[in-house]
Amino acid sequence: MSEATKGNLLDISNLTVRFHGERTVHAINGLDLTLKPGEILTILGESGSGKSVTLKALLKLLPKKRSEISGAMHVDGVDVLALKGQALSAYRGKTVSMIFQEPALALDPVYTIGDQIAEAVMRHEKVSRKEALAVALDMLKRVRIPSAESRLKNYPHEMSGGMRQRAMIALALACKPDLLLADEPTTALDATVQIQVLLLLRELQREFGMGIIFVTHDIGVAVEISDRIAVMYAGNVVEEGTVAEIIKDPRHPYTQGLLAANLHDADRSQTLASIPGSPPPLDEKPDHCSFAPRCAHARDRCYAALPPVHRPGPGRRVACILEDASDPAEKPGAMAEIH
Amino acid sequence: MTTSENSVARAAPGNVQAADRGGPAQPLVIARDLKRHFPVRKGIFNRKASAVRAVDGISFTVRKSETLGIVGESGCGKSTTARLLVGLIGLDEGDLIFDGEKLGEELSLNDLWSGVQMVFQDSYASLNPRLTIEETIAFGPKMRGVAAPEARRLAHELLERVGLAPARFAGRYPHELSGGQRQRVNIARSLAMKPRLIILDEAVSALDKSVEAQVLNLLRELKAEFDLTFVFISHDLNVVRYVSDRIMVMYLGEVVEIGPVDAIWNHRAHPYTQALFAAMPSMDPDNRTQVPPLAGDPPNPIDPPSGCRFHTRCGFAEPVCGTRKPRVVAVRGDAGHEAACHMLDGQSGHSKAGETGEVRKELGEV
Ligand SMILES: Nc1ncnc2c1ncn2[C@@H]1O[C@H](COP(=O)(O)OP(=O)(O)O)[C@@H](O)[C@H]1O
Ligand SMILES: Nc1ncnc2c1ncn2[C@@H]1O[C@H](COP(=O)(O)OP(=O)(O)O)[C@@H](O)[C@H]1O
Ligand code: SF4
Ligand SMILES: [Mg+2]
Ligand SMILES: [Mg+2]
Repeated sequence: MSEATKGNLLDISNLTVRFHGERTVHAINGLDLTLKPGEILTILGESGSGKSVTLKALLKLLPKKRSEISGAMHVDGVDVLALKGQALSAYRGKTVSMIFQEPALALDPVYTIGDQIAEAVMRHEKVSRKEALAVALDMLKRVRIPSAESRLKNYPHEMSGGMRQRAMIALALACKPDLLLADEPTTALDATVQIQVLLLLRELQREFGMGIIFVTHDIGVAVEISDRIAVMYAGNVVEEGTVAEIIKDPRHPYTQGLLAANLHDADRSQTLASIPGSPPPLDEKPDHCSFAPRCAHARDRCYAALPPVHRPGPGRRVACILEDASDPAEKPGAMAEIH
Repeated sequence: MTTSENSVARAAPGNVQAADRGGPAQPLVIARDLKRHFPVRKGIFNRKASAVRAVDGISFTVRKSETLGIVGESGCGKSTTARLLVGLIGLDEGDLIFDGEKLGEELSLNDLWSGVQMVFQDSYASLNPRLTIEETIAFGPKMRGVAAPEARRLAHELLERVGLAPARFAGRYPHELSGGQRQRVNIARSLAMKPRLIILDEAVSALDKSVEAQVLNLLRELKAEFDLTFVFISHDLNVVRYVSDRIMVMYLGEVVEIGPVDAIWNHRAHPYTQALFAAMPSMDPDNRTQVPPLAGDPPNPIDPPSGCRFHTRCGFAEPVCGTRKPRVVAVRGDAGHEAACHMLDGQSGHSKAGETGEVRKELGEV
């Protein structure tokens, strides 16, 4: 671990993930990402941008034979890529755990909720079954499941969608991980249930103190849950900042387009400002700005090389030539009328 | 409009549906007391049949050339309502009147099918994987007796119109397209039937935001160009606000509020509408949501709560709410805005009931 990474809970540097098969997919292309303890960072991006692959890489869940991974990932100073055997099992669930859009990915249909949580606790801690069940009960109460005692004996299918999502969170947090990975855990829920789960996660973060990487394609959800947002496009972060910086001062043309397309307060008499085209095929390693074909500001330079990564302040970055201070005429303000 | 687009309008097969019969004041759809229950058995050994009350006595109108948005949590009956309107499933009770003609009397199911089209959320499942895009779009007109070359020409014109260059796309299969492109094909296919009403059931919900905006812009252009009427179902209130002229809010098989979009946006009369809107994520980082507007999931539509169905989750519920069904009343000050809540009905006995609004027999009958 380098000097610069000290104090970070998570440190991803130059992560590259390539899938081989019928065709090669350049899913992640030189990703850098850091997270401080207790921080909630949202990875915001459209489908196929590499959000889930990033989280799976962190848990070493990518198919071994077909994926090629390079770069470095450290959690709590531990080199994730080097983990195997016992150390990897201890890491999964105890150091890092994950929740999903579909609770079926985490919850086993043939065991009761109580048994599953107790089992997870006994895997990581030397406790009796009775003690583990007490932890399970405590966890169900902390995720605000009503009548927790009787719910312990429920099978997943006996619960409503929102309750299953809470049970999955209870399972993920039972061993008090330092880092929680959340892959669109509220996307399939109704808005009225989604906001309950988002507020619950915020509360649990304060209670347990873990760091969270939250993945979503919904800007509104990102605003509700996160401290910081990293906007992802074609396997890399194009912009990062605090929630306020991203919402109030988006710099990258893609971020600006996403905000305009969100329809919040959209003028009904106007045509929507949409981003033309669609995301690039990932069959080649990007050698220029991946957003260029859809970008209203693109010029020759954008196609000639990867965009420079500007870091105007701590935790703030923009990967776009429009940020080049050397060329003030190209500042985004000068182009604002397009968005 | 280019000449080729003009000819799309003319090329569509002549059909009686296309004619406006009742004139502009006659609603395109009058839905009266629609009811559709689905029988279910509770448990394997329980032979006593009960029913999901998916749509349980709803009334509304759809005016010519408007967009009516339908919102509500999953399971509240939006898709069932849509399928009733298209004639994909039958009514248990109630009347559907299209431009003055009652379904089952003046109007046959076949007539209905030629005038109403539907676009679903799952762009892939709604396309035949073994047909090319061109064949898919030409299929409907051919079934209606349009000659093959003419149907093919129509398919190409419509592809062009929805933004898919025929030279590149006509021969492709559904799996070779992106979700947004497939949804454009579904839209083109429905246009080929020359409908007057298109029901869009979460039609843009599966698309990425940037693509969703493109498809919404397309729908907006097509609506004006072909003088279409839309029923637009979505869980995304921002989208519904953008596209709709009026909004209908459903809860557990019933309509709880209906009215012009601005009236509802500025004055949410029903507590459920208030909660639904308050549950939208805030876009203001300095003003995030602090308290969830509702607790728990929506109740089961098999045994809906008595009285006002929302009373089990409503912060304003009083005893009367659990015992008596609220009447539909006009919301004061807003033309065409109605809701079903005891607090809006001066005669209900609810302690917060203000002056009575005018009591309406049926929602939507304004
Ligand atoms: N196991 C895999 N094999 C091949 N390609 C994959 C695999 N998993 C993901 N991909 C591809 O990697 C890209 C990023 O996927 P993903 O991270 O799942 O996107 P998202 O941002 O929607 O979560 C996509 O193009 C996807 O098709
Ligand atoms: N064919 C069917 N058989 C049994 N139940 C159904 C059927 N179709 C819908 N339902 C039930 O009816 C209720 C309303 O469903 P739906 O109209 O699809 O709601 P929405 O579209 O608002 O989510 C739900 O409880 C659903 O499970
Ligand atoms: S680098 Fe160029 S193409 Fe890419 S987003 Fe910036 S301006 Fe647009
Ligand atoms: Mg994903
Ligand atoms: Mg539905």
